[in-house]
Amino acid sequence: MWRDALLVCGKDLRIEARSRVALWQVLPFALLVLLLFAFALGPGPSALKAAAPGLFWLAVLFSTVLATQRSFAIESGEGTRDGLRLSGIDPAGIFLGKAAAIALQLAVLQVVLWAGVTLFFGVRVHVVWLAVVASLLATVGLAAAGVIYGALSAGLRVRETLLPLLVLPILAPVLLAGSRAWEAAINGSVATGAPWLRVLGPFAAVYVVVGMVLYGPLQEAG
Amino acid sequence: MAGKVMAPAVHLRSAVALAGRFPALSGVDLSVDIGEVVVVVGPNGAGKTSLLRTCAGLLAVTSGEASVLGHDLRDDRTAVRLEVGLLGHAAPLYDELTAAENVRFAVRAADRPTGRVDPALDRLGLTGRLRRTAVGRLSAGQRRRVALASLVARAPRLWLLDEPHAGLDAGARDLLAELVTEAVGGGAAVLFSSHEPELAVPLANRVVAMVGGRVSDERRGGRRAPLAAVPSTSDGGSTHVA
Amino acid sequence: MKPLAMRPALVRGLGIAAVVSLALTIWLGLWVTPPDEVQGNIVRLLYLHPPVAWVALYLAFGVAALSSLLYLWKRTRSLFWDRLAAASVEIGVVFNALTLVTGSIWGRPTWGVWWTWTARLTSTALLLVLFLGYLALRRVPADPEVRARRCAVAALVAFVDVPIVHFSVQWWQTLHQGASILTPTHSFKVHGSMLWTMLLGFVAMTLLYVWMLIVRYQIEVLKDRVGDEELEISLAERRAEGDAPPPAAGGGAPVEPAGSVR
Repeated sequence: MWRDALLVCGKDLRIEARSRVALWQVLPFALLVLLLFAFALGPGPSALKAAAPGLFWLAVLFSTVLATQRSFAIESGEGTRDGLRLSGIDPAGIFLGKAAAIALQLAVLQVVLWAGVTLFFGVRVHVVWLAVVASLLATVGLAAAGVIYGALSAGLRVRETLLPLLVLPILAPVLLAGSRAWEAAINGSVATGAPWLRVLGPFAAVYVVVGMVLYGPLQEAG
Repeated sequence: MAGKVMAPAVHLRSAVALAGRFPALSGVDLSVDIGEVVVVVGPNGAGKTSLLRTCAGLLAVTSGEASVLGHDLRDDRTAVRLEVGLLGHAAPLYDELTAAENVRFAVRAADRPTGRVDPALDRLGLTGRLRRTAVGRLSAGQRRRVALASLVARAPRLWLLDEPHAGLDAGARDLLAELVTEAVGGGAAVLFSSHEPELAVPLANRVVAMVGGRVSDERRGGRRAPLAAVPSTSDGGSTHVA
Repeated sequence: MKPLAMRPALVRGLGIAAVVSLALTIWLGLWVTPPDEVQGNIVRLLYLHPPVAWVALYLAFGVAALSSLLYLWKRTRSLFWDRLAAASVEIGVVFNALTLVTGSIWGRPTWGVWWTWTARLTSTALLLVLFLGYLALRRVPADPEVRARRCAVAALVAFVDVPIVHFSVQWWQTLHQGASILTPTHSFKVHGSMLWTMLLGFVAMTLLYVWMLIVRYQIEVLKDRVGDEELEISLAERRAEGDAPPPAAGGGAPVEPAGSVR
């Protein structure tokens, strides 16, 4: 199963390397979201500074939806969707592989967004390890939940509108916990921030397990 | 046919398969033995593609008997997929990857040694620059060849080909005939559909006609004896495998 | 449960019991029980709001999640569980909305605002959106088994999220400011006739839920039956495709245009 996961992850990343969709579309979109927040909240730095952690995670959440849609658009052709089912790859392996590919892309995205937030909103992260660990855990959870819902809506013509509606409420705890953890990391208070890792960790673990178990039946429901 | 010692490659009895709410197969009776080549003919919409997809475990059989290579399709239709190879209308190729990468993915997914990739590509005439071009840039005929190369490299025990002659030039068609012969020689069975009987019938041991989701007629094909059979008493024709 | 749903007398009896207990609750709640010293008459919502919330959050969603699990598990797979889950979610959505409305009505005179981001209200609102997502998914046309599988997975994945949401939002609230005025747990005592009326409210809502569940389930069965009959018709039509002889082609079967399958 792990070899299968590596195979699928490698395939997805290689396709991304050739097509550069995440690079040229998802990443700019995330930066655009930050920019739009600035328009929405006004030029005064205090509002943006206060809202910075939440805005960062909102941008990440929206990007997750896009990245997930892209990941499943790779197999949107009639031949490739069947091909993946026919390939004999263990569904749990497909799930892990796709989630890993999305997670890696999200990780890169967050680094860039972090730079963006620092630059545009004028905040500085003081407790780096807290921010990094929170991001890692959150990313795993986001990717796992994203792949589950991506598979759920994959075969449907209404998937563009359905996927956000389905997955974003699920991701709400990640938004909450991630924002609080980053807020603490920015303010330098580890004690208020670290406990939120206790939400992000289980979320990631639960959704990885659920995905591995349910991906098989999900694939067949297409 | 005489000499049926092993379980048949495909065994369908009154099989009904649904695609959504539509009864793609409305009660199919069909048996294909190891070493046999069977072609399915019929008008558009008769269910030929659905038959092949059902044998690959992609469509759910809701009533009747259905077993492929010993796997009961009504129990678990995912188990059979490692052992069959389906060549559908749309090739399972990733446009951004090269021919070699696509075939390598298929081979590794099936747990076959990657050494099989290059020989398969060579066999299908995909050499040099063609191998390293992104599949999205290749012509339709070349994409078909890549898909065939994937199939050859995976070496499944049951070949399911959906109108394989479509989109292939004359040279590739001859090649296909050779590949089919090699496949059954190696102990596989081949089930394919076709709209071109002049090409299809000579390749096949049996010709099966489908209409309205079920089999309506069966005849002898152009290929003489199936591999495992003892020379039968049916007619005095020469027993050569084309 | 299956035969129970099909016995009309029992179902009707259940419905009557639900309506009667509900009417009794309302009568007791509005006229018989005294108003609270602090809260005044608004406390009468106590007889409706917690029972409605209980049905929405625990009963309906719990049944939906359990049914989804049973559908996905091979041993007990049956469309019965899928239909039950769908019916439960639909009722759950209605009760969930009612929970939010009654909670909001309670909040207005008590806290002065129509809405506040307390843990419970926030989680409940999120739950509503999750429910709605399930219903949106269900409306996508598909073969019943396929749809059932998809929806069951969605329900389970959402269910798994609920405790995480609840826990994190609640924690968020306690971190923000102390309990004080914004918590929905009030310190007045519920005793005597108020207690009995509230308990009756719980019973009434539960009966109402069960009755609605059975009726809604029956509707699902009927809908699927229509679908099955349409399938039978299309199956027959499909089979008949080969029977009609073509008008001009000299009696040959409409099998092969080139006619070389001789």
